[in-house]
Amino acid sequence: MDDLLAATADRIFAGGGDVWAALTAAGLTTVGVPEDAGGSGGTLEDAAAVLRTAGYRAAAVPLAETGWLAGRLLAEAGLPLPDGPLTAAAADDLARVPWARDARGIAVVNGDRLDYYERGRFDAAPGANLAGEPRDRVVLGPEPTASGPCTADLRTRGALARAVQLTGALRRALDLTVRYAGEREQFGRPLGRFQAVQQAVAELAGEAVVADVAVRAAVRAPDDPVAVAAAKANASRAAGTAAAIAHQVHGALGVTAEHPLHTVTLRLWSWREEYGSEHAWAAELGGRATAASPLWPFLIGA
Amino acid sequence: MAALPELEPGTLPPEAAALRAEVRAFLAAADFEPRADCWLTGADPAFSRALGARGWLGMTLPARYGGHGRSPLERFVVVEELLAAGAPVGAHWIADRQIGPSLLHHGSEEQKRRFLPAIARGECFFAIGMSEPDAGSDLASVRTRAERDGDGWRLTGTKVWTSGAHLAHAICVLARSEPGSERHAGLTQFLVPLPADGVTVRPILSLSGDHHFNEVVLDGARVPDALVLGAPGNGWAQVTAELAYERSGPERVLSTFPLLRLAHERGALPAAALGRLAARLWALRQASLGVAAALDAGRTPAAEAALVKDLGTRFESEITAAVREHAGIEPDPGSPDPLARALAQAVVQAPGFTLRGGTSEILRGIVARGLGVR
Repeated sequence: MDDLLAATADRIFAGGGDVWAALTAAGLTTVGVPEDAGGSGGTLEDAAAVLRTAGYRAAAVPLAETGWLAGRLLAEAGLPLPDGPLTAAAADDLARVPWARDARGIAVVNGDRLDYYERGRFDAAPGANLAGEPRDRVVLGPEPTASGPCTADLRTRGALARAVQLTGALRRALDLTVRYAGEREQFGRPLGRFQAVQQAVAELAGEAVVADVAVRAAVRAPDDPVAVAAAKANASRAAGTAAAIAHQVHGALGVTAEHPLHTVTLRLWSWREEYGSEHAWAAELGGRATAASPLWPFLIGA
Repeated sequence: MAALPELEPGTLPPEAAALRAEVRAFLAAADFEPRADCWLTGADPAFSRALGARGWLGMTLPARYGGHGRSPLERFVVVEELLAAGAPVGAHWIADRQIGPSLLHHGSEEQKRRFLPAIARGECFFAIGMSEPDAGSDLASVRTRAERDGDGWRLTGTKVWTSGAHLAHAICVLARSEPGSERHAGLTQFLVPLPADGVTVRPILSLSGDHHFNEVVLDGARVPDALVLGAPGNGWAQVTAELAYERSGPERVLSTFPLLRLAHERGALPAAALGRLAARLWALRQASLGVAAALDAGRTPAAEAALVKDLGTRFESEITAAVREHAGIEPDPGSPDPLARALAQAVVQAPGFTLRGGTSEILRGIVARGLGVR
């Protein structure tokens, strides 16, 4: 199921044109949101397969925000799922709301309540992350369009979503680097013939694979705070290492606007910070671990 | 362009929880000093026999050979609990981890009946005779030769870094059995019970002065045909398959965990440092479990196993670095403070972490080749 979804999503992202319209037509914007709530249904692993592909293709669309975040929050609150792109925010953190200017509405987590604000009931002052993705300052109007109950922690959900996107981008950085090392010749041979380059590419692969398996495991246990903290910490950590190695291997060509590498690395550098960096999640996990005794059962959750 | 396949997370079977509880109860009642790198340096034959009596050695071997018909993932649970506790598992480690499975795959019926039940009881320990003075990372350059002698062979050569040979009941020797053969061809594995005429085991002391390694000199040692492991000439394929099992187990992540546990109990690590290690350990364990599940499903994820070992063994020294940074103690093997002793063990054993079972450089070469970078 998730392989098929990923393949469909990949065709859409690689196809260009109006990607959002194509995703909507294919029902891919609300995978993981139950069908009886107006979504496309499917599991969180299915949603992750689509999101990972979006990360791989550096797709500039509010996919994580619409389904993974806002769509699930609205469904859990018993509120209708509007058509069109959505986003989500915490009531006390409206400074960098992703894609707010493009959103049909915002799902705002306000303690144990979810407030939904339709377009027209909020203002969005443009801002952006390093990759140019909208991160807008939002001012909410006096009245939400609708409200319902909420038990979710938005930061945890957002961290897992960004971790999934990061693993897609890490994979792309690896693939681009492997390809370049095979094509680019210096001193009369491909870069990949040099052991120093081989070792660096292997390190990039190691970080990408370990982050990927950790994030996949966390997607299967999204309510386990240790799993999510470890997943985002590893994905964010891998982002820095992977971007550095990818650029080092690509040389000067990789730092140009013309080469696609920057579409991935700018996202790696942005997403590793969003919803908590590796440092923030390590501190969070460390706080829990300090209080736990003994350490080993806490760490493995068994 | 070749690419690494994706590593799916492994899922432990439902029986794992009860098994884990049994192992923890056993460990809580057992009498041993937890130590870092216990799977190399913590040899205690009585402890090994006690594990055997509980069915925790040779777990994946069939019952008809004295095994317990458990899955590799159940073995994973037992092994990670033993390592996390720093238990003295060194004596049986090689026999249980790789010789048992290798005998099951390649051994004759007679060999299986002779060795496997004893391995599962914790009464037959093995050493591996692979490395030689001039054959380290370049294992295919082994020079130990096996010469035909009637209905058997005579082995001549020197093996080094042979962990536990002084405690072992047998050694599995890789030798060149076809005169004039080169590299991967013409190699054969031989099972040599110890002690034996023509085999001399001498200590190679570690830099700490401890005795874990040995030099094993084979001076015309006679091995009957019945103790050839697998097909003559097939040694290279058998050895490389063994290495895939050897590379990605929990022991490539947990060698210094007893140090982390002591530091945590002491409250010696600030939350950020503890959390960084905890996050890494969680992810590396998932990766190790993913490789175990892939092996269980019949795949041979050689590149994935290599990268798990590379990152896992580096992590083992990240624990040491964090304790050094924050605990404010000096490593001292004779200290009354267990944290100072564990730090000493972790520091002096560290160089071996990224060497044994394939150096990090060799492993990254395997990963790069798996990606098509070569």
